[in-house]
Amino acid sequence: MTSHAYGGSLSDGKQLAFERSKGNCLACHAIADGEMAGNIGPPLINMKQRFPERSELKQQIWDATIANPKTSMPPFGRNKILSKDEIELVVEYIWSL
Amino acid sequence: MRKPLKHRIVLLLFVTSTPLANPAQDLLEFREHFKNSFPTLPFDQFSNGVYAINEDARLAWEDIEEFPPYEEAIDAGKVLYESSFSNGKSYKDCFENDGIAIAHKYPYWDKEKEQVITLGLALNQCRRDNGEEGLSYKRGEIAYLLSYMAHTSRGKRIAIKSPDDHRKALSAYNKGKQFYYQRRGQLNFSCATCHVQNGGLQIRSETISPSLGHATGWPVYRAKWGEVGTLHRRFIGCSKQMRAKIYDPQGEEYRNLEYYLTYMSNSLPINGPSYRK
Ligand code: HEC
Ligand code: HEC
Repeated sequence: MTSHAYGGSLSDGKQLAFERSKGNCLACHAIADGEMAGNIGPPLINMKQRFPERSELKQQIWDATIANPKTSMPPFGRNKILSKDEIELVVEYIWSL
Repeated sequence: MRKPLKHRIVLLLFVTSTPLANPAQDLLEFREHFKNSFPTLPFDQFSNGVYAINEDARLAWEDIEEFPPYEEAIDAGKVLYESSFSNGKSYKDCFENDGIAIAHKYPYWDKEKEQVITLGLALNQCRRDNGEEGLSYKRGEIAYLLSYMAHTSRGKRIAIKSPDDHRKALSAYNKGKQFYYQRRGQLNFSCATCHVQNGGLQIRSETISPSLGHATGWPVYRAKWGEVGTLHRRFIGCSKQMRAKIYDPQGEEYRNLEYYLTYMSNSLPINGPSYRK
Protein backbone atom coordinates (compact mmCIF):
# COMPACT_ATOMS: atom_id res chain seq x y z
CA MET A 1 0.00 0.00 0.00
CA THR A 2 1.09 3.52 -0.74
CA SER A 3 2.08 5.72 2.16
CA HIS A 4 0.70 9.20 2.55
CA ALA A 5 1.61 12.48 4.11
CA TYR A 6 -0.78 11.60 6.92
CA GLY A 7 1.41 8.90 8.32
CA GLY A 8 -0.56 5.83 7.33
CA SER A 9 -1.74 3.85 4.37
CA LEU A 10 -5.07 3.74 2.63
CA SER A 11 -5.67 0.36 4.23
CA ASP A 12 -5.32 1.93 7.68
CA GLY A 13 -8.00 4.43 6.72
CA LYS A 14 -10.16 1.68 5.36
CA GLN A 15 -9.87 -0.32 8.54
CA LEU A 16 -10.82 2.70 10.62
CA ALA A 17 -13.79 3.38 8.35
CA PHE A 18 -15.06 -0.20 8.55
CA GLU A 19 -14.44 -1.05 12.20
CA ARG A 20 -17.61 -0.96 14.31
CA SER A 21 -15.92 0.62 17.30
CA LYS A 22 -14.27 3.29 15.14
CA GLY A 23 -15.86 4.94 12.06
CA ASN A 24 -18.45 2.24 11.46
CA CYS A 25 -19.27 4.07 8.24
CA LEU A 26 -20.77 0.84 6.88
CA ALA A 27 -23.56 1.24 9.40
CA CYS A 28 -25.00 3.80 7.02
CA HIS A 29 -23.04 3.80 3.75
CA ALA A 30 -22.36 1.23 1.09
CA ILE A 31 -18.63 1.24 0.40
CA ALA A 32 -16.76 -0.96 -2.09
CA ASP A 33 -15.65 -4.23 -0.36
CA GLY A 34 -17.81 -3.48 2.64
CA GLU A 35 -20.20 -6.17 3.79
CA MET A 36 -23.65 -5.76 5.33
CA ALA A 37 -23.78 -2.05 4.73
CA GLY A 38 -26.72 0.06 5.79
CA ASN A 39 -28.53 2.56 3.59
CA ILE A 40 -29.19 5.58 5.79
CA GLY A 41 -26.59 7.58 3.88
CA PRO A 42 -25.68 7.53 0.16
CA PRO A 43 -23.13 5.04 -1.22
CA LEU A 44 -19.64 6.49 -1.00
CA ILE A 45 -18.42 6.51 -4.57
CA ASN A 46 -16.86 9.04 -6.96
CA MET A 47 -15.71 10.99 -3.99
CA LYS A 48 -13.24 13.22 -5.84
CA GLN A 49 -16.02 14.24 -8.17
CA ARG A 50 -18.41 14.90 -5.30
CA PHE A 51 -15.73 16.64 -3.27
CA PRO A 52 -13.12 18.28 -5.51
CA GLU A 53 -11.88 20.01 -2.35
CA ARG A 54 -10.43 17.58 0.17
CA SER A 55 -11.17 20.10 2.92
CA GLU A 56 -14.89 19.89 2.22
CA LEU A 57 -14.84 16.15 2.48
CA LYS A 58 -12.97 16.49 5.72
CA GLN A 59 -15.55 18.92 7.04
CA GLN A 60 -18.37 16.50 6.21
CA ILE A 61 -16.66 13.80 8.25
CA TRP A 62 -15.45 16.14 11.00
CA ASP A 63 -18.92 17.56 11.60
CA ALA A 64 -21.74 16.67 9.21
CA THR A 65 -24.13 18.99 11.08
CA ILE A 66 -22.38 22.01 9.51
CA ALA A 67 -23.73 21.11 6.07
CA ASN A 68 -27.01 19.72 7.41
CA PRO A 69 -28.12 20.44 10.98
CA LYS A 70 -30.65 17.58 10.78
CA THR A 71 -28.19 15.00 9.52
CA SER A 72 -28.15 11.50 10.98
CA MET A 73 -24.40 11.32 10.55
CA PRO A 74 -22.32 11.54 13.75
CA PRO A 75 -19.79 14.41 14.04
CA PHE A 76 -16.69 12.23 14.10
CA GLY A 77 -14.19 15.01 14.77
CA ARG A 78 -16.22 17.44 16.86
CA ASN A 79 -17.34 14.69 19.25
CA LYS A 80 -13.94 12.98 19.24
CA ILE A 81 -15.34 9.71 17.97
CA LEU A 82 -12.15 9.56 15.92
CA SER A 83 -8.89 11.35 16.73
CA LYS A 84 -7.45 14.02 14.43
CA ASP A 85 -4.99 11.55 12.97
CA GLU A 86 -7.66 8.94 12.46
CA ILE A 87 -9.86 11.46 10.66
CA GLU A 88 -7.03 12.29 8.25
CA LEU A 89 -6.59 8.61 7.46
CA VAL A 90 -10.31 8.10 6.93
CA VAL A 91 -10.57 11.21 4.73
CA GLU A 92 -7.65 10.02 2.65
CA TYR A 93 -9.25 6.63 2.16
CA ILE A 94 -12.74 7.95 1.41
CA TRP A 95 -11.30 10.44 -1.08
CA SER A 96 -9.74 7.53 -2.93
CA LEU A 97 -13.14 5.92 -3.54
CA MET B 1 -75.54 27.39 14.06
CA ARG B 2 -74.00 24.36 15.81
CA LYS B 3 -71.03 23.92 13.60
CA PRO B 4 -69.41 27.34 13.94
CA LEU B 5 -69.93 27.19 17.69
CA LYS B 6 -68.10 23.87 17.91
CA HIS B 7 -65.27 25.31 15.88
CA ARG B 8 -64.96 28.20 18.24
CA ILE B 9 -64.75 25.85 21.22
CA VAL B 10 -62.02 23.84 19.58
CA LEU B 11 -60.11 27.01 18.80
CA LEU B 12 -60.44 28.16 22.37
CA LEU B 13 -59.07 24.88 23.65
CA PHE B 14 -55.99 25.23 21.48
CA VAL B 15 -55.45 28.79 22.57
CA THR B 16 -55.77 28.11 26.29
CA SER B 17 -53.52 25.06 26.38
CA THR B 18 -49.89 25.85 27.07
CA PRO B 19 -47.79 26.74 24.03
CA LEU B 20 -45.21 24.12 25.06
CA ALA B 21 -46.90 21.16 23.46
CA ASN B 22 -50.13 20.15 21.91
CA PRO B 23 -50.41 16.39 22.26
CA ALA B 24 -53.43 15.98 20.01
CA GLN B 25 -51.69 17.92 17.25
CA ASP B 26 -48.42 16.02 17.87
CA LEU B 27 -50.29 12.75 17.47
CA LEU B 28 -51.84 13.78 14.17
CA GLU B 29 -48.51 14.91 12.76
CA PHE B 30 -46.74 11.80 14.02
CA ARG B 31 -49.23 9.46 12.36
CA GLU B 32 -49.14 11.52 9.20
CA HIS B 33 -45.37 11.21 9.09
CA PHE B 34 -45.50 7.41 9.23
CA LYS B 35 -48.39 7.23 6.83
CA ASN B 36 -46.22 9.08 4.36
CA SER B 37 -43.24 6.83 5.05
CA PHE B 38 -45.28 3.62 4.74
CA PRO B 39 -48.26 4.53 2.58
CA THR B 40 -49.47 0.96 2.00
CA LEU B 41 -49.03 -0.36 5.53
CA PRO B 42 -52.35 -0.76 7.38
CA PHE B 43 -52.36 1.19 10.67
CA ASP B 44 -52.69 -1.85 12.96
CA GLN B 45 -49.61 -3.44 11.42
CA PHE B 46 -47.41 -0.89 13.15
CA SER B 47 -47.86 -2.95 16.32
CA ASN B 48 -45.55 -5.56 14.79
CA GLY B 49 -42.48 -3.35 14.66
CA VAL B 50 -39.83 -4.37 12.21
CA TYR B 51 -41.81 -7.45 11.16
CA ALA B 52 -44.44 -5.24 9.60
CA ILE B 53 -41.97 -3.74 7.17
CA ASN B 54 -39.33 -6.35 6.41
CA GLU B 55 -40.62 -9.37 4.53
CA ASP B 56 -37.72 -11.76 5.28
CA ALA B 57 -37.74 -10.94 8.96
CA ARG B 58 -41.51 -11.33 8.98
CA LEU B 59 -41.40 -14.85 7.60
CA ALA B 60 -38.87 -15.98 10.19
CA TRP B 61 -40.96 -14.34 12.91
CA GLU B 62 -44.16 -16.06 11.80
CA ASP B 63 -42.42 -19.41 12.22
CA ILE B 64 -41.27 -18.49 15.69
CA GLU B 65 -44.75 -17.35 16.66
CA GLU B 66 -45.98 -20.93 16.15
CA PHE B 67 -44.25 -21.87 19.41
CA PRO B 68 -43.64 -18.52 20.98
CA PRO B 69 -40.69 -18.46 23.37
CA TYR B 70 -42.48 -15.94 25.62
CA GLU B 71 -45.23 -18.41 26.54
CA GLU B 72 -43.41 -19.62 29.64
CA ALA B 73 -43.18 -16.04 30.84
CA ILE B 74 -46.95 -15.63 30.55
CA ASP B 75 -47.53 -18.83 32.54
CA ALA B 76 -44.99 -17.86 35.19
CA GLY B 77 -46.55 -14.41 35.37
CA LYS B 78 -50.02 -15.83 35.90
CA VAL B 79 -48.84 -17.98 38.80
CA LEU B 80 -47.09 -15.01 40.42
CA TYR B 81 -50.03 -12.76 39.76
CA GLU B 82 -52.50 -15.06 41.41
CA SER B 83 -50.45 -16.02 44.43
CA SER B 84 -50.94 -14.23 47.74
CA PHE B 85 -48.65 -11.80 49.51
CA SER B 86 -47.76 -12.67 53.10
CA ASN B 87 -50.68 -10.53 54.28
CA GLY B 88 -53.10 -12.67 52.29
CA LYS B 89 -53.83 -10.08 49.62
CA SER B 90 -52.63 -10.26 46.03
CA TYR B 91 -51.97 -8.09 43.00
CA LYS B 92 -55.63 -8.40 42.06
CA ASP B 93 -56.57 -6.21 45.00
CA CYS B 94 -54.52 -3.31 43.65
CA PHE B 95 -56.05 -2.93 40.22
CA GLU B 96 -59.37 -2.23 38.61
CA ASN B 97 -61.07 -5.30 37.16
CA ASP B 98 -58.63 -7.45 39.15
CA GLY B 99 -55.93 -6.22 36.77
CA ILE B 100 -57.32 -8.15 33.81
CA ALA B 101 -57.23 -6.39 30.42
CA ILE B 102 -56.02 -3.04 31.74
CA ALA B 103 -52.49 -2.81 30.29
CA HIS B 104 -53.63 -0.65 27.38
CA LYS B 105 -54.48 2.17 29.82
CA TYR B 106 -50.92 2.49 31.09
CA PRO B 107 -49.02 4.67 31.66
CA TYR B 108 -51.26 7.42 32.99
CA TRP B 109 -50.81 10.68 34.84
CA ASP B 110 -51.70 10.36 38.52
CA LYS B 111 -53.01 13.67 39.78
CA GLU B 112 -52.49 12.91 43.46
CA LYS B 113 -49.04 11.44 43.17
CA GLU B 114 -48.17 13.97 40.48
CA GLN B 115 -46.22 11.54 38.37
CA VAL B 116 -46.50 9.16 35.47
CA ILE B 117 -47.59 5.74 36.66
CA THR B 118 -46.45 2.90 34.45
CA LEU B 119 -47.74 -0.62 34.93
CA GLY B 120 -44.32 -1.72 36.18
CA LEU B 121 -44.28 1.01 38.80
CA ALA B 122 -47.86 0.19 39.81
CA LEU B 123 -46.91 -3.45 40.37
CA ASN B 124 -44.13 -2.48 42.73
CA GLN B 125 -46.35 0.06 44.48
CA CYS B 126 -48.84 -2.72 45.02
CA ARG B 127 -46.13 -4.90 46.51
CA ARG B 128 -44.88 -2.17 48.84
CA ASP B 129 -48.41 -1.25 49.94
CA ASN B 130 -48.72 -4.86 50.98
CA GLY B 131 -45.45 -5.05 52.83
CA GLU B 132 -43.45 -6.79 50.11
CA GLU B 133 -40.14 -5.69 48.62
CA GLY B 134 -40.03 -4.13 45.17
CA LEU B 135 -38.87 -6.15 42.17
CA SER B 136 -36.06 -5.03 39.89
CA TYR B 137 -37.32 -3.46 36.70
CA LYS B 138 -35.49 -4.90 33.71
CA ARG B 139 -36.10 -8.64 33.74
CA GLY B 140 -37.29 -11.56 35.81
CA GLU B 141 -40.49 -11.56 37.86
CA ILE B 142 -41.58 -8.09 36.81
CA ALA B 143 -41.26 -9.07 33.17
CA TYR B 144 -43.30 -12.24 33.80
CA LEU B 145 -46.04 -10.31 35.57
CA LEU B 146 -46.13 -7.73 32.80
CA SER B 147 -46.21 -10.50 30.19
CA TYR B 148 -49.27 -11.98 31.80
CA MET B 149 -51.01 -8.64 32.18
CA ALA B 150 -50.24 -7.64 28.60
CA HIS B 151 -51.51 -10.99 27.42
CA THR B 152 -54.89 -10.38 29.05
CA SER B 153 -55.00 -7.06 27.17
CA ARG B 154 -54.17 -8.41 23.75
CA GLY B 155 -56.23 -6.83 21.03
CA LYS B 156 -57.27 -3.91 23.21
CA ARG B 157 -56.28 -0.60 21.74
CA ILE B 158 -53.88 1.65 23.56
CA ALA B 159 -55.99 4.28 25.29
CA ILE B 160 -53.78 6.89 26.92
CA LYS B 161 -55.76 9.91 28.01
CA SER B 162 -54.51 13.08 26.44
CA PRO B 163 -52.33 15.00 28.91
CA ASP B 164 -54.11 18.18 27.74
CA ASP B 165 -56.34 18.50 30.78
CA HIS B 166 -53.63 18.91 33.37
CA ARG B 167 -50.73 21.33 33.40
CA LYS B 168 -48.32 19.00 35.17
CA ALA B 169 -49.29 16.04 33.00
CA LEU B 170 -48.55 18.14 29.99
CA SER B 171 -45.20 19.06 31.43
CA ALA B 172 -44.31 15.37 31.95
CA TYR B 173 -45.45 14.59 28.41
CA ASN B 174 -43.35 17.43 27.15
CA LYS B 175 -40.27 16.19 28.98
CA GLY B 176 -40.77 12.78 27.41
CA LYS B 177 -41.12 14.33 24.00
CA GLN B 178 -38.03 16.45 24.45
CA PHE B 179 -36.10 13.39 25.57
CA TYR B 180 -37.07 11.64 22.38
CA TYR B 181 -35.95 14.41 20.07
CA GLN B 182 -32.90 15.64 21.98
CA ARG B 183 -29.58 14.63 20.51
CA ARG B 184 -27.45 12.93 23.10
CA GLY B 185 -24.30 10.94 23.60
CA GLN B 186 -21.05 10.84 21.69
CA LEU B 187 -22.71 9.81 18.44
CA ASN B 188 -25.08 12.78 18.58
CA PHE B 189 -28.20 10.74 17.81
CA SER B 190 -31.64 11.34 19.19
CA CYS B 191 -34.11 8.50 19.49
CA ALA B 192 -35.98 10.20 16.66
CA THR B 193 -32.90 10.21 14.44
CA CYS B 194 -33.31 6.48 14.03
CA HIS B 195 -36.96 5.72 14.71
CA VAL B 196 -38.64 8.79 13.16
CA GLN B 197 -36.17 10.05 10.56
CA ASN B 198 -34.83 6.68 9.42
CA GLY B 199 -37.52 4.12 10.23
CA GLY B 200 -37.55 1.41 7.56
CA LEU B 201 -33.95 2.04 6.53
CA GLN B 202 -31.08 -0.21 7.47
CA ILE B 203 -28.28 0.36 9.91
CA ARG B 204 -25.78 -2.27 8.83
CA SER B 205 -28.09 -5.20 8.09
CA GLU B 206 -30.60 -4.24 10.79
CA THR B 207 -33.89 -2.69 9.71
CA ILE B 208 -34.91 0.16 11.99
CA SER B 209 -38.51 -0.02 13.19
CA PRO B 210 -40.73 3.03 13.07
CA SER B 211 -41.48 4.69 16.39
CA LEU B 212 -45.21 4.30 15.80
CA GLY B 213 -46.05 1.03 17.55
CA HIS B 214 -43.04 1.01 19.85
CA ALA B 215 -45.22 0.76 22.94
CA THR B 216 -47.55 -2.07 21.95
CA GLY B 217 -45.60 -5.29 22.28
CA TRP B 218 -44.02 -5.29 25.72
CA PRO B 219 -42.49 -7.14 27.39
CA VAL B 220 -40.42 -8.64 24.61
CA TYR B 221 -38.67 -11.98 24.45
CA ARG B 222 -35.45 -11.14 22.65
CA ALA B 223 -33.30 -13.87 21.20
CA LYS B 224 -30.34 -11.69 22.10
CA TRP B 225 -31.43 -11.62 25.74
CA GLY B 226 -32.61 -15.24 25.83
CA GLU B 227 -35.48 -14.11 28.07
CA VAL B 228 -38.24 -11.55 28.37
CA GLY B 229 -37.25 -7.99 29.18
CA THR B 230 -39.03 -4.71 29.72
CA LEU B 231 -39.40 -1.59 27.63
CA HIS B 232 -37.05 0.32 29.89
CA ARG B 233 -34.42 -2.34 29.37
CA ARG B 234 -34.68 -1.57 25.67
CA PHE B 235 -34.40 2.16 26.34
CA ILE B 236 -31.15 1.38 28.10
CA GLY B 237 -29.96 -0.82 25.23
CA CYS B 238 -30.54 1.86 22.61
CA SER B 239 -28.96 4.50 24.85
CA LYS B 240 -25.83 2.38 25.11
CA GLN B 241 -25.70 2.10 21.32
CA MET B 242 -25.87 5.88 21.23
CA ARG B 243 -23.03 6.07 23.77
CA ALA B 244 -25.37 8.20 25.81
CA LYS B 245 -26.15 8.51 29.50
CA ILE B 246 -28.18 5.68 31.00
CA TYR B 247 -31.04 6.46 33.37
CA ASP B 248 -32.65 4.24 36.01
CA PRO B 249 -35.36 1.92 34.74
CA GLN B 250 -38.66 3.37 36.03
CA GLY B 251 -36.90 6.60 36.98
CA GLU B 252 -38.70 9.80 36.08
CA GLU B 253 -36.92 10.31 32.75
CA TYR B 254 -37.87 6.93 31.28
CA ARG B 255 -41.40 7.05 32.67
CA ASN B 256 -41.98 10.39 30.99
CA LEU B 257 -40.45 8.95 27.83
CA GLU B 258 -42.79 5.97 28.02
CA TYR B 259 -45.71 8.35 28.52
CA TYR B 260 -44.88 10.25 25.33
CA LEU B 261 -44.08 7.14 23.33
CA THR B 262 -47.22 5.29 24.38
CA TYR B 263 -49.43 8.28 23.70
CA MET B 264 -47.93 8.34 20.19
CA SER B 265 -49.02 4.70 19.80
CA ASN B 266 -52.59 5.45 20.87
CA SER B 267 -55.29 3.36 19.19
CA LEU B 268 -52.90 0.62 18.11
CA PRO B 269 -53.72 -2.86 19.41
CA ILE B 270 -51.67 -4.25 22.29
CA ASN B 271 -49.89 -7.46 21.28
CA GLY B 272 -47.51 -8.09 24.13
CA PRO B 273 -45.67 -10.05 25.06
CA SER B 274 -43.92 -10.43 21.75
CA TYR B 275 -40.80 -11.82 20.18
CA ARG B 276 -37.90 -9.85 18.76
CA LYS B 277 -34.56 -10.88 17.40
C1 HEC C 1 -25.75 6.91 11.31
C2 HEC C 1 -25.56 7.21 9.92
C3 HEC C 1 -24.21 7.57 9.35
C4 HEC C 1 -22.94 7.14 9.70
C5 HEC C 1 -22.54 6.18 10.80
C6 HEC C 1 -22.05 7.78 8.77
N1 HEC C 1 -22.74 8.57 7.89
FE1 HEC C 1 -21.97 9.65 6.36
N2 HEC C 1 -23.84 10.33 5.88
C7 HEC C 1 -25.00 9.95 6.49
C8 HEC C 1 -26.10 10.63 5.85
C9 HEC C 1 -27.58 10.49 6.22
C10 HEC C 1 -25.57 11.41 4.82
C11 HEC C 1 -26.34 12.29 3.81
C12 HEC C 1 -26.04 13.74 3.98
C13 HEC C 1 -26.42 14.24 5.34
O1 HEC C 1 -27.55 14.00 5.81
O2 HEC C 1 -25.55 14.85 6.00
C14 HEC C 1 -24.13 11.20 4.87
C15 HEC C 1 -23.22 11.80 4.00
C16 HEC C 1 -21.88 11.49 3.93
C17 HEC C 1 -20.97 12.01 2.94
C18 HEC C 1 -21.35 12.92 1.80
C19 HEC C 1 -21.76 12.04 0.65
C20 HEC C 1 -22.16 12.83 -0.56
O3 HEC C 1 -22.04 12.27 -1.65
O4 HEC C 1 -22.59 13.97 -0.41
C21 HEC C 1 -19.75 11.48 3.21
C22 HEC C 1 -18.48 11.71 2.42
C23 HEC C 1 -19.88 10.64 4.36
N3 HEC C 1 -21.20 10.66 4.78
C24 HEC C 1 -18.86 9.93 4.95
C25 HEC C 1 -18.97 9.16 6.08
C26 HEC C 1 -17.86 8.51 6.74
C27 HEC C 1 -16.44 8.56 6.23
C28 HEC C 1 -18.36 7.86 7.83
C29 HEC C 1 -17.64 7.08 8.87
C30 HEC C 1 -16.42 7.60 9.41
C31 HEC C 1 -19.80 8.11 7.84
N4 HEC C 1 -20.13 8.90 6.78
C32 HEC C 1 -20.67 7.60 8.79
C33 HEC C 1 -25.12 9.09 7.55
C34 HEC C 1 -24.07 8.46 8.21
C1 HEC D 1 -28.54 4.39 15.95
C2 HEC D 1 -29.90 4.00 15.79
C3 HEC D 1 -30.83 4.00 16.99
C4 HEC D 1 -31.03 4.96 17.93
C5 HEC D 1 -30.36 6.32 18.03
C6 HEC D 1 -32.06 4.46 18.81
N1 HEC D 1 -32.46 3.22 18.42
FE1 HEC D 1 -33.97 2.14 19.22
N2 HEC D 1 -33.53 0.60 17.95
C7 HEC D 1 -32.56 0.63 16.97
C8 HEC D 1 -32.50 -0.66 16.33
C9 HEC D 1 -31.57 -1.04 15.18
C10 HEC D 1 -33.46 -1.47 16.97
C11 HEC D 1 -33.76 -2.96 16.69
C12 HEC D 1 -34.60 -3.11 15.48
C13 HEC D 1 -35.92 -2.45 15.69
O1 HEC D 1 -36.84 -3.09 16.20
O2 HEC D 1 -36.01 -1.25 15.41
C14 HEC D 1 -34.12 -0.63 17.97
C15 HEC D 1 -35.19 -1.03 18.76
C16 HEC D 1 -35.90 -0.19 19.62
C17 HEC D 1 -37.12 -0.54 20.29
C18 HEC D 1 -37.84 -1.87 20.17
C19 HEC D 1 -38.82 -1.85 19.06
C20 HEC D 1 -39.56 -3.14 18.93
O3 HEC D 1 -40.54 -3.18 18.17
O4 HEC D 1 -39.18 -4.13 19.55
C21 HEC D 1 -37.50 0.53 21.04
C22 HEC D 1 -38.72 0.66 21.93
C23 HEC D 1 -36.50 1.56 20.83
N3 HEC D 1 -35.54 1.10 19.95
C24 HEC D 1 -36.50 2.80 21.44
C25 HEC D 1 -35.46 3.73 21.33
C26 HEC D 1 -35.32 4.90 22.16
C27 HEC D 1 -36.29 5.32 23.25
C28 HEC D 1 -34.20 5.54 21.77
C29 HEC D 1 -33.54 6.73 22.36
C30 HEC D 1 -33.23 6.71 23.76
C31 HEC D 1 -33.65 4.77 20.65
N4 HEC D 1 -34.42 3.67 20.44
C32 HEC D 1 -32.54 5.14 19.92
C33 HEC D 1 -31.79 1.71 16.61
C34 HEC D 1 -31.72 2.89 17.31
